[in-house]
Amino acid sequence: MQTNFTLAQLADPHVAESEQILRRCVHCGFCTATCPTYVTLGNELDSPRGRIYLIKDMLENGRAADEEVVTHIDRCLSCLACVTTCPSGVDYMHLVDHARIHIENTYRRPLIDRLIRNLLAAVLPYPARFRTALGFARLGRPFAPLLKRASALRPLGAMLDLAPRSPARASDSAKPGTRIPEAGKRGRVAILSGCAQPVLDPGINEATLRLLARLGVEVVVPEGEGCCGALVHHMGREEQALDFARRNVDVWTREIDKGGLDAIIITASGCGTTIKDYGHMLRLDPAYAEKAARVSGLAKDITEYLSTLDLPRLEPKRLNVAYHSACSMQHGQKITMAPKNLLKAAGFTVRDPGEGHLCCGSAGTYNILQPEISAQLKARKVRNIEATKADVIATGNIGCITQIASGTAIPILHTVELLDWAYGGPKPEKIPAR
Amino acid sequence: MADTIRFLKPREAVLSRRAAIIADLTDLLPPECLVHEARELVPFETDAFVSYRRLPLAVALPKTTAQVAAVMKYCHRYGIPVVPRGAGTSLSGGAIPQEDAVVLGLSKMSRILEVDYANRTATVQAGVTNLNISEAVGIDGFFYAPDPSSQLACTIGGNIGMNSGGAHCLKYGVTTNNLLGVKMVLVDGTVIELGGKHLDAAGYDLLGLVCGSEGQLGIVTEAVVRLIAKPEGARPVLFGFDTSEHAGACVADIIGSGIIPVAIEFMDKPAIEICEAFAHAGYPLDVEALLIVEVEGSEAEMEAMLKAIVEIAGRHGVKTVRESQSATEAALIWKGRKSAFGATGRIADYICMDGTVPLGKLSYVLNKTSEIVDRFGLRVANVFHAGDGNMHPLILFNANDPEDAARAEEAGNEILKLCVDAGGCLTGEHGVGIEKRDLMRHQYSEADLNQQMAVRSAFDEDWILNPSKVFPLDGRPAA
Repeated sequence: MQTNFTLAQLADPHVAESEQILRRCVHCGFCTATCPTYVTLGNELDSPRGRIYLIKDMLENGRAADEEVVTHIDRCLSCLACVTTCPSGVDYMHLVDHARIHIENTYRRPLIDRLIRNLLAAVLPYPARFRTALGFARLGRPFAPLLKRASALRPLGAMLDLAPRSPARASDSAKPGTRIPEAGKRGRVAILSGCAQPVLDPGINEATLRLLARLGVEVVVPEGEGCCGALVHHMGREEQALDFARRNVDVWTREIDKGGLDAIIITASGCGTTIKDYGHMLRLDPAYAEKAARVSGLAKDITEYLSTLDLPRLEPKRLNVAYHSACSMQHGQKITMAPKNLLKAAGFTVRDPGEGHLCCGSAGTYNILQPEISAQLKARKVRNIEATKADVIATGNIGCITQIASGTAIPILHTVELLDWAYGGPKPEKIPAR
Repeated sequence: MADTIRFLKPREAVLSRRAAIIADLTDLLPPECLVHEARELVPFETDAFVSYRRLPLAVALPKTTAQVAAVMKYCHRYGIPVVPRGAGTSLSGGAIPQEDAVVLGLSKMSRILEVDYANRTATVQAGVTNLNISEAVGIDGFFYAPDPSSQLACTIGGNIGMNSGGAHCLKYGVTTNNLLGVKMVLVDGTVIELGGKHLDAAGYDLLGLVCGSEGQLGIVTEAVVRLIAKPEGARPVLFGFDTSEHAGACVADIIGSGIIPVAIEFMDKPAIEICEAFAHAGYPLDVEALLIVEVEGSEAEMEAMLKAIVEIAGRHGVKTVRESQSATEAALIWKGRKSAFGATGRIADYICMDGTVPLGKLSYVLNKTSEIVDRFGLRVANVFHAGDGNMHPLILFNANDPEDAARAEEAGNEILKLCVDAGGCLTGEHGVGIEKRDLMRHQYSEADLNQQMAVRSAFDEDWILNPSKVFPLDGRPAA
């Protein structure tokens, strides 16, 4: 579609990129149909096409963000279902990234919103702080209903609701060091420990480490690695996100130089989408562009990597698994078949819930910042999953696990936990006894 | 922005009362159902005919027929134009508003109200998407037949407004052949029902009149549509040809021999390349023209029909014949075809023509189309419903170059006139909208047009419903 930027505006590389993205859009409207917020709210303004138009209008006019634009961009889950649907190849992800940076730089949010966002950005990416905060959250849980009565405080109520009932047990899965495989050595990889996942559910990376050790893969947990930056990236806090990215690029580059890496394994697809984008995020930083692109090239979801190892087919297990594809998995990374094929090969019966393209409403901090829409999407997701009559749910992202677990009694696990069990690991505690 | 096509001059009496109108609408609708902030109106300024844009006065997004009726009654009382909108996927500008108009969007009315297999009907709200109907009944072996390429997103209300077609309409007919009843809000807010669950209603066939009336006779809020049992099997087959002439002649021969496949779709080389790049459907890239022919029925029925078609194609020098080998492959073949317009956005901006011609003239019109586009120094991709002669030349241009855009529009007009002169019509399924409005006299005599306008006046005396569309702005009856 037609764009209207001056040469001076186009001198800004962010604007120049957005202009190219906008030129691809032909305003056909296909994206509206698969957008979770449009399907829920029925308003063009809460659809990808509407947001593209709002962003276009704001950028073309060189305007600061205002309340109207912010409202609708904030409601975007960044699930990227629109990117999967778009026939024209509109790179909505980088357009909305740009819009979020623009909002962060030009718009002053109301006080409480600001405080909540600052709190999230200061706590979630840091495991020690997050662990402490969860302790407080357990104490504060009785106040959740009270908080939800005032609309500005609803995010705090949602936060308390999402905090796990009991603390996760201690684990050394995130302890730096090299895990030497039990026998032979067919590969060497680094694993991302991440920030929120080891606090909420250390069992995921424990299962990954066990499975890879049995498969003869040497795994490095590098010293100094931290949050991938996705969380603050989606808040438009570009500098903070780039700092996280640079730190991880440094850590992994050191490991690559030391002993070579076949892959950087990621067990949370939300992080995977961002790490695979490091090359793009740091493209304008001459000191990092090349290194970041190399890191992005090595980043692999655990199921992508396992698919290259030719795992043997196992006997059927008579366990029905509903596979929930996280948006960051299916839309962000376009990984659709690998997790299901691995589960099937491991003997599980895999069921696809209806409306699988729709987000569960987790979306990073979305379930905290947009609790109403998130709750509607969760209910719809749970309804679709429960209709499959599955025994357990498998997925590849900690955010979805937390979100969906808060809405159903069906146990939900990470795909790799089921695979670890099938290939000789301990039976996950969440699997129902029969 | 393109500016050849004019809009009606906004009504001063409406513009000057803007604040009061918005205050009144605020009383009629819940807050989440009204859009009026300047910034928020911008995304409603156009539809998929994106060359033309006009900001509306306000956007109403009602949730019930009663709310639609309340808005209509109010707008009628004060002479405020109303532009109905479904999903905003119109390729003819049917949902483009104007400065003095309230957009009436049905997107919040998207529920399926009742499925009645015994009567083979579904009763749905107008904002439900076309594909949602088929998805909802698919598990029980049924579907809703008309399948516009935008069926993923477009609404049944919009389909009724434009009497939409689609690839599978060759066998099953277009919207009007699959619509049994509507609930409709008249211009003054009166709610009427036309038709029902039966094939014919007593009295005049007003349903036939409403279907295709482009939102000018009333606002449809609910529809009863016919469901059809899914065939035992269905298989798209790809036929590649060295020239468009051969492919076109083959289509005419297939239909002329009495065979009615479910669909015969045509793509020329540029279209094949565009669609393959998006869908990876395995379209042959070494041919000049491709037909997607879908046969359906039992294995024996499909075999027999296919055999006859292959024989005819052989007489026209078919180069490759490839049957889809799996359901996944068949789905990809259709995904590529149905995404053709959007996928064109990967290489250029485009406007899409919709002329329909007699089958015997397909090759002639294709050749002439190329000549016209060449003369304007532009490129064209052809992807269309060949079985019913409904052509969709996509004229490629650069929207950031005003001269290029003007040339594209001019070339489009010549192509549409060519279709009419070849014995066809201006629009097969996209509707007249604003895009073809000023060509209506090329198709119709004054007497023809006057009769259509008299019908419109009978429903909407003051012409407030979608007023800038369908009929040339001059020569309208004085309001």
